[in-house]
Amino acid sequence: MADIVLDHVTKRYPDGAVAVDQISLEIADGEFVILVGPSGCGKSTTLNMIAGLEDITEGELRIGNKVVNNVAPKDRDIAMVFQSYALYPHMTVRENMAFALKLAKTPKSVIDEKVTEAARILDLTQHLDRKPANLSGGQRQRVAMGRAIVRDPAAFLMDEPLSNLDAKLRVQMRTEVSRIQKRLATTTVYVTHDQTEAMTLGDRVAVMRNGLLQQVGHPQDLYRNPTNLFVAGFIGSPAMNFMPGRLEEGVVRTKLGDLPLTDESRRALDGSGTGRDVIVGVRPENFEDAALVPPGDKAHGVTFSATVDVLESMGSDVFAYFKLEGGPAESAELEELARDSGRADTGGEGDQIVARLDAATQIKEGDQAELWVDVRPLHLFEPGTGANLTVRPEAASAAAAPS
Amino acid sequence: MASTTKEKVGWSTANILVVLFAIIPVLWILSLSFKDPSSLTDGSFVPKDWTWSNYKGIFKTSEFTRALVNSIGIALISTFVAVLFASMAAYAIARLRFPGKSVLIGMSLLIAMFPAISLVTPLFNIERNLGIFDTWIGLIIPYITFGLPLAIYTLSAFFREIPWELEKAAKMDGATPFQAFTKVIAPLAAPGMFTTAILVFILCWNDFLFAISLTSTLRARTVPAAIGFFTGSSQFESPIGSIAAASVIITIPIIVFVLFFQRRIVAGLTSGAVKG
Repeated sequence: MADIVLDHVTKRYPDGAVAVDQISLEIADGEFVILVGPSGCGKSTTLNMIAGLEDITEGELRIGNKVVNNVAPKDRDIAMVFQSYALYPHMTVRENMAFALKLAKTPKSVIDEKVTEAARILDLTQHLDRKPANLSGGQRQRVAMGRAIVRDPAAFLMDEPLSNLDAKLRVQMRTEVSRIQKRLATTTVYVTHDQTEAMTLGDRVAVMRNGLLQQVGHPQDLYRNPTNLFVAGFIGSPAMNFMPGRLEEGVVRTKLGDLPLTDESRRALDGSGTGRDVIVGVRPENFEDAALVPPGDKAHGVTFSATVDVLESMGSDVFAYFKLEGGPAESAELEELARDSGRADTGGEGDQIVARLDAATQIKEGDQAELWVDVRPLHLFEPGTGANLTVRPEAASAAAAPS
Repeated sequence: MASTTKEKVGWSTANILVVLFAIIPVLWILSLSFKDPSSLTDGSFVPKDWTWSNYKGIFKTSEFTRALVNSIGIALISTFVAVLFASMAAYAIARLRFPGKSVLIGMSLLIAMFPAISLVTPLFNIERNLGIFDTWIGLIIPYITFGLPLAIYTLSAFFREIPWELEKAAKMDGATPFQAFTKVIAPLAAPGMFTTAILVFILCWNDFLFAISLTSTLRARTVPAAIGFFTGSSQFESPIGSIAAASVIITIPIIVFVLFFQRRIVAGLTSGAVKG
């Protein structure tokens, strides 16, 4: 058991490329922290540096108050679960799990005991004498977890451990990982590109982009108070809708209509924002079928009409897709998000808006529908820097400091 | 693939021709080895009187048996040393980035391409000055030299196919680089090592050039060279029967090897071809 502290850790390759830029992160003992971001954001490099598989160019890495920059991986007392599982194909499940203990010259009785215990936790008891080649994907994944568990290490490092599983199994294993981590209370750093995994698993989530830490915080904080456009677009599924807007006296002019600013937003903007362009962010669930909005709430929002292209019924709610006149909001961050989500490849357009409506809605595909948008949770972003102009101050400070 | 009768006949004929072309000389040698000296030139492909006398003859003197011992010993030692060093070199080439890597690969390719005949005279002089002429070590050293490039190439192709994450996993499990190599990588590369060993063994086993040039007595003369010194039991007797019998004997281990490890050799050669 130990805490992990990254103090301005930087990874620069010999050719000058910076993979990780001055990352500072404190991971408390027993905490489950997720590193999330699109591919190439430096999250795996960060994990490999913690593991000791890559050298740290600058900065300091401490595990349990000990600087380990130059300590070999085997002496760091951490276990790692790999994306490919990296099971030793020539060993049985039992031998795979016992390998680390054997290398550490643990007495045989202790090894047996620990392997049996881990196999019981992971429901692998009847597979102990089989080779990895004869196991299913989910079983292999559990063996990989088992190999980490038996060591009883100071920390677990997991590098996209679920991404090789099919969708259904992934959801199951996600719960399993969470349960095991709670039970063992071992400090865990988990890398993923999947924001759903990040939201559901972590005590805290660290969003990375281009080697820089964007925001660290409780999943709900990231969702409610993203510090910039990138975090806002990355966290949440379906993703936040963005549209260009223009800040005028007390309102934002958008294609949805004039959205009045809340007192809170106005205070955050502090009068600085009149006659300037912004990017407006609205979560899908902030829309509603105008007919279903309780009369008391109607005043908090604006009603507009739009032609619904596609309607997806999820049972519990309905996703309505529609387009607005005029072009989409543009920024480097949004482009990167589009690339990451594959929207840039599939030819989907950036000006499409997703609304999450109550399942009771009567709207049909192709209808000119009356929709309502709640203006209270509106986010306004600076188009150039991507900074969130409406960050709730108390939330922002909470997100900056590790909880 | 659908094939017409015409295509089938065409291919079958071609295949049979190629196989005949390769196998007739072998059968011929086999046939000669069973003929007695008087009927050697009778022109019949199948011996009229089968005899073991050629085989008995070559095992009577130490000329052949001693050469056989030399051949086996020298080929085994050369193979072992070459594969041992090549596995380390190939591992480094497949896994590590180090300065001079491409130079190393180029050099080993250069050695493999180098015409051995041009080395014979210098080697002859060097070995005589060093006093290792006509010794086992005098043959083992050049065999290792020419076996290494072959072994490095084949093995690095095998090592490249082993997922790198396994090694990382071993490192995280607390293995030293040496332990990671011996406990994880080497067992997985075992088929590759086997194939390589067989290829290098055949290379050493078949060599005639060095064997004839760098030996002068039975001390280190290997079978291919020894066969060249065969004489008949009298000056006027042709040694052809004995030569044929000896050739058959030294072919047997190779045939056994190849039949036994056929699939592995094929896998090794093709993986070397595609990935190397």
